[in-house]
Amino acid sequence: MASSVEIIESLNKDTLKTDIPVMNVGDTLNVHFRIVEGEKERIQVFQGVLIARSGRGINEMMTVRRIVDNMGVERMFPAHSPRVAKYEVLRRADSRRAKLYYLRDRQGKSRRLRDRRRGMKLVDGVPTVGGAVVEASAPAAAE
Amino acid sequence: MTTTLFGRKLGMTRVFNDQGVLVPVTVLEVGPCVVTQIRTPEKDGYAAVQVGYDDLKPRNSTIPMIGHDAKAGTEAKRLHGEFKINAGKIGEYTLGQTLKISDLGGVTYVDVVGTSKGKGFQGTMKRHGFKGLFASHGTERKHRSPGSIGGLCSNRGFGGGLKKGKRMAGHMGDVRVTARSLDVVRVVEDRNLILVKGAVPGANNGFVMVRPAVRLNRAKTKKVAAKK
Repeated sequence: MASSVEIIESLNKDTLKTDIPVMNVGDTLNVHFRIVEGEKERIQVFQGVLIARSGRGINEMMTVRRIVDNMGVERMFPAHSPRVAKYEVLRRADSRRAKLYYLRDRQGKSRRLRDRRRGMKLVDGVPTVGGAVVEASAPAAAE
Repeated sequence: MTTTLFGRKLGMTRVFNDQGVLVPVTVLEVGPCVVTQIRTPEKDGYAAVQVGYDDLKPRNSTIPMIGHDAKAGTEAKRLHGEFKINAGKIGEYTLGQTLKISDLGGVTYVDVVGTSKGKGFQGTMKRHGFKGLFASHGTERKHRSPGSIGGLCSNRGFGGGLKKGKRMAGHMGDVRVTARSLDVVRVVEDRNLILVKGAVPGANNGFVMVRPAVRLNRAKTKKVAAKK
């Protein structure tokens, strides 16, 4: 008989997404979030810097921070939420921390992160967690 | 009472519901249970159904229990339990019948009965939520004390002792606890799984009893009425 942990993980398996691009803290993302208004459904794009990933598996949360009218806005998304239609990686950045909470205290230029990964060139195409490679999205300026 | 099934608490996780909201759930393995005995008013003085749950190696059972289960035509079972029924409903159950989640009748709310985790000997603050004494103002070595347990005139029972039931320190947990009217989030019938919203008493792999909710609170009663 399967152990209880195995049963629970097999239940979660169906909900876990395999098409999430490989993202690291510091990357600038477009999060396409489904919003249901009555009957209609539309997609809202939230662009910002991924400042933290916490949790594992179904519990994984992504914290995305952006600046709106000089005001910091952070949103947390369950990584595997069916309401997130798509993640797009716009820019990869160099980060030496797992959690970029220090960005909250930064102003102006120092808020920016060094582009590209150390010793690594811009990734051609975006590999996903599931192994497939999605076509690279058009690079766009973050801020 | 309606059909009650026995099972195990497997653990907790989270699932996305139809609206895409993460819901905390407890995964329960419920059944299959085999009817091992039927209690009748003529013979036993009450009407009930005894069921067995979870196979175990015969060498871990006892010969009387193996024989008892064999009468119902099944392997030795680990857990046996009864649920009462109306005397008129005895005909609906037969010896050796297998009861599954579907026999609960497509429930939306269930009661889950389990044995809570044992906490050992605990003081009144943890066990009963007493506030303890002051942290300072001269209080010494009595910060978590229950205080006075009653003078001559209060809480006095008959004779010299205290009133029975006076809340004091003692063993906490490891008692039967019922979590009422839990939402059924998902049912996986072919794997005998029920996912209920929220927590359920007891440790993982502990035995639980699952029955359709006996009594709903006002909000949930309204919800059921609205659906109809």
